Amino acid sequence: MSNGNRKLVTIITEAIIETELCADIEELGASGYTVSNARGSGSRGTRNAGWSASSSIRIEVVCGEAIAASIARHVSDKYYDNYAMILFESDIKVIRADKFA
Amino acid sequence: MDPVIWFFALGVFAGLARSDLRMPPAIYDLLSMLLLLAIGLKGGVELARAPSAGILPQALAVIAMGFTLPLFLYPIARKLGRFERADAASLAAHYGSVSVATFAVGIAFLADKNVSHDSQLPLFLVLLEVPAIIVGVMLARRNQAAGQWGRLLHEVFMGKSIVLLVGGLLIGWVAGPIGIQPLEPLFFDLFKGVLALFLLEMGLIAASQTKAVRESGLFIIAFGVLVPVPLALIGALLGWAIGLSVGGTTLLAVLAGSASYIAAPAAIRIAVPEANPSLSLTASLGVTFPFNIFIGIPIYYHIATVIHGGVG
Repeated sequence: MSNGNRKLVTIITEAIIETELCADIEELGASGYTVSNARGSGSRGTRNAGWSASSSIRIEVVCGEAIAASIARHVSDKYYDNYAMILFESDIKVIRADKFA
Repeated sequence: MDPVIWFFALGVFAGLARSDLRMPPAIYDLLSMLLLLAIGLKGGVELARAPSAGILPQALAVIAMGFTLPLFLYPIARKLGRFERADAASLAAHYGSVSVATFAVGIAFLADKNVSHDSQLPLFLVLLEVPAIIVGVMLARRNQAAGQWGRLLHEVFMGKSIVLLVGGLLIGWVAGPIGIQPLEPLFFDLFKGVLALFLLEMGLIAASQTKAVRESGLFIIAFGVLVPVPLALIGALLGWAIGLSVGGTTLLAVLAGSASYIAAPAAIRIAVPEANPSLSLTASLGVTFPFNIFIGIPIYYHIATVIHGGVG
């Protein structure tokens, strides 16, 4: 079992674009992702998970630096203008690093 | 006044007073599914019981209205409201499309008055949901690449409201009045109770829009209050022209005067992302929905009786 450093990319955005965004992430080469429901408040107002038109999701992707960078570039080009979205990266240690491209 | 709409008022009050009242999302989903299925099943059973003659030309007329309404609304929003093209098109799509919750309150209103309605109205509800959204997207996308029509059409036709309404219609139609009897306690007898709980949550959601209503300016409020009545009048005249009863005419007026807040926001968000989503949603949910259930529906009923030559 190999341990190693990877990036954790976290995207918090509108639930409405989940399908499209997840397809983008896979296409960019990530080996997988995790989606959970979220709620909170920010520059685009309060978003509560109780109601589909205003619910938010959190997508987490564990991947290598190159893919993390291309995800960040792609989503900021495609979604930042029109959708409520934040993205951040963190450095993480994973076991079985070979699982994550 | 029908007691169910007081549950809406209670929800608004609880929301404004910052009560900790909150409906679990899964319950709200279940309630909306029950309402959609109940409306579909009821329509299907009625169609099986008494197949309406001449339903096809009526359906075509209703679809034509669905395509036409946004064309009236777009210039109003663009010229009078001075909105960007995307925002004006989004408003036109929301107000051209329909609200199932308003329709459900309309059914409860008629039931309270012991007024029956034509069996094809739930079918018209389905037919009116989609055309305005398509027109709205076309108005916003004029001169631009067609883009994601496939995804948009999937979103509007496979959205849960269309799937459940059409599914309910078909099941009710196939099962018929006798086959559906074992399901009646859940879907028909509980209809008002389910609607009351649903409206409680709608009140909470509407209350969460008050800040947006205050910030969105006078035009949105005026639009939300003034537009439904003329639209409903068009619906009532069409209902009368295609030979619906007073109840059916009232419900077609309710449909025409209502604004979508589930199907249209989702579809427009995908197809016209540059439109400001809170603008249309605030108008349809924060202004028009409360207006319709408290004031609009009784007016539309009155219009329908007058058109049909009643004393009103």
